[in-house]
Amino acid sequence: MKQSLPYSKQIIEHFKKPRNMGRIKSPDAIGEAGNLVCGDVMRLYLKIGKNKKGEKIIKDIRFETFGCIVAIANSSMLTTMVKGKTLEEVMKIKKEDLIKKLGKPLPPIKIHCSILALDALHEALYNYYLKEKLTMPEELKREHERIQKTLGEIEQKHKEFVEMEKKGLS
Amino acid sequence: MKRIYMDYAATTPVDPRVLKAMLPYFSKKFGNTMSLHSFGQEAKKALEEAREKVAKLMNAKSGKVIFTGSATEANNFALKGIAFANREKGKHIIVSAIEHHCILEAAHWLEAQGFEVTYLPVDRYGLVDPGKVEEAIRKDTILVSIMHANNEIGTIEPIEEIGKICKQKGVYFHTDAAQSYGKIPVDVEKMNVDLLTASAHKMYGPKGVGALFVADSVKIEPLLHGGGHEFGLRSSTVNVAGIVGFGVAAEIAKKEMKSEAQRLTKLRDKLIKGVLKIERSYLNGHPTKRLPNNANFRFDFIEGESLVTFLDMKGIAASTGSACSSESLQPSHVLLAIGLKPHEAHGSLRLSLGRWTKKEEVDYVLEVLPKIVEKLREISPYKGKW
Repeated sequence: MKQSLPYSKQIIEHFKKPRNMGRIKSPDAIGEAGNLVCGDVMRLYLKIGKNKKGEKIIKDIRFETFGCIVAIANSSMLTTMVKGKTLEEVMKIKKEDLIKKLGKPLPPIKIHCSILALDALHEALYNYYLKEKLTMPEELKREHERIQKTLGEIEQKHKEFVEMEKKGLS
Repeated sequence: MKRIYMDYAATTPVDPRVLKAMLPYFSKKFGNTMSLHSFGQEAKKALEEAREKVAKLMNAKSGKVIFTGSATEANNFALKGIAFANREKGKHIIVSAIEHHCILEAAHWLEAQGFEVTYLPVDRYGLVDPGKVEEAIRKDTILVSIMHANNEIGTIEPIEEIGKICKQKGVYFHTDAAQSYGKIPVDVEKMNVDLLTASAHKMYGPKGVGALFVADSVKIEPLLHGGGHEFGLRSSTVNVAGIVGFGVAAEIAKKEMKSEAQRLTKLRDKLIKGVLKIERSYLNGHPTKRLPNNANFRFDFIEGESLVTFLDMKGIAASTGSACSSESLQPSHVLLAIGLKPHEAHGSLRLSLGRWTKKEEVDYVLEVLPKIVEKLREISPYKGKW
């Protein structure tokens, strides 16, 4: 293929051959992020296990994504970054780490697509802690609130947009 | 790898015959049309010959064809030029909700200048109802602008009827024919239009050349003031080479349009029939009132940019109305206007054919596309239902 796309090799590679794609039959947690309105929705399935030290790890992870090339590549990339890691390690992953892994800088408009995967992961972990009645780490709680707030904002923005269109058409 | 261009609605290659005609005007015949000497006169003659050819293809027997730098400029010129020349008469303008951005944005700008704009809705095929145009016309309406054929979904509007209504009501009528000129018959008399926009690069001419037809009766202000080129309505040193190309492109279209439209319609219908075999795939736009070269689909559960990217990896150039491919992250206003939900609009795909599209290429797309749709549906969290 001619290199016409504004994306890095890493992104194209993950997009062409997504890793850990699909569902887990009886997952320990599911996390979802994004919104159909803006065109990206990501769902992550987690299976939690333990390592030799008895620490909780992400034993298996799968993703499903409705979205653009960056969204799909990113979901795939993130799953490879966290599989086998302890939950503590996983929570340390910052969006900057993920963006760095994606190679050359993304077009600004695409940044939000790339953060979505991490949001879905945090939502999955949040749901896991909630379900297992574990002490909720403060940062997960904060993340969850932020993600839900953004979701609300997107919906509100879309509602306003639709109303504006309707008004324009009347 | 094979490379297949199915994005002729975005732009077309310059026909070799057009290019050949243009080349002397870059170096040998480089004169300025305003010069009195032989170099200038040579250029002037070429300009007027091209004007005649472009006018002929739209059956403009009177009035003026004014060359511009693009169809966007021609559309801006029509809206703003009419608005400012006729504001004593009224401040109301009517456009459809599915116009090209250059019409809609010009209309928004005019709203900010104190004009009022009505954005007419369309039905689920993208058709404007002429009755609604009639209802929307007010005493202070100065202009109606409805596109001839839509650039995304290819729907051909009932321009003749709308034109008749505008004529009866004494309101100027403009149509943006950027997508139709050169592909289907365009006749300013039959269509009852006072102004019409055409584009060169959509019909195998060069980029950077458009035209606005203006009937003799129309009062219009120029956007560009200066040396008085183009009847004093569009000052700028004339792009002779580009305009010569436009002229030859129009000449070729006039000769070949009928047979080419038939050929493309056959290929288009083959493509549509084949693609709709994919489960939960739909045609956007009208089944028959559509440009011979336009096919626009949507597929449930997948997103258009990914689809276009996978197609590109298989050598197929196409486009989408998905939000992901736009700067605004809003899906196409055209797809929303025909009643699609945002998530439906995200899964749209436009395939547009042209002069060099072959049957084998359509076959190749029909072989590749279903597999890509299937693959993306595997990745999608939506399977079988939204």
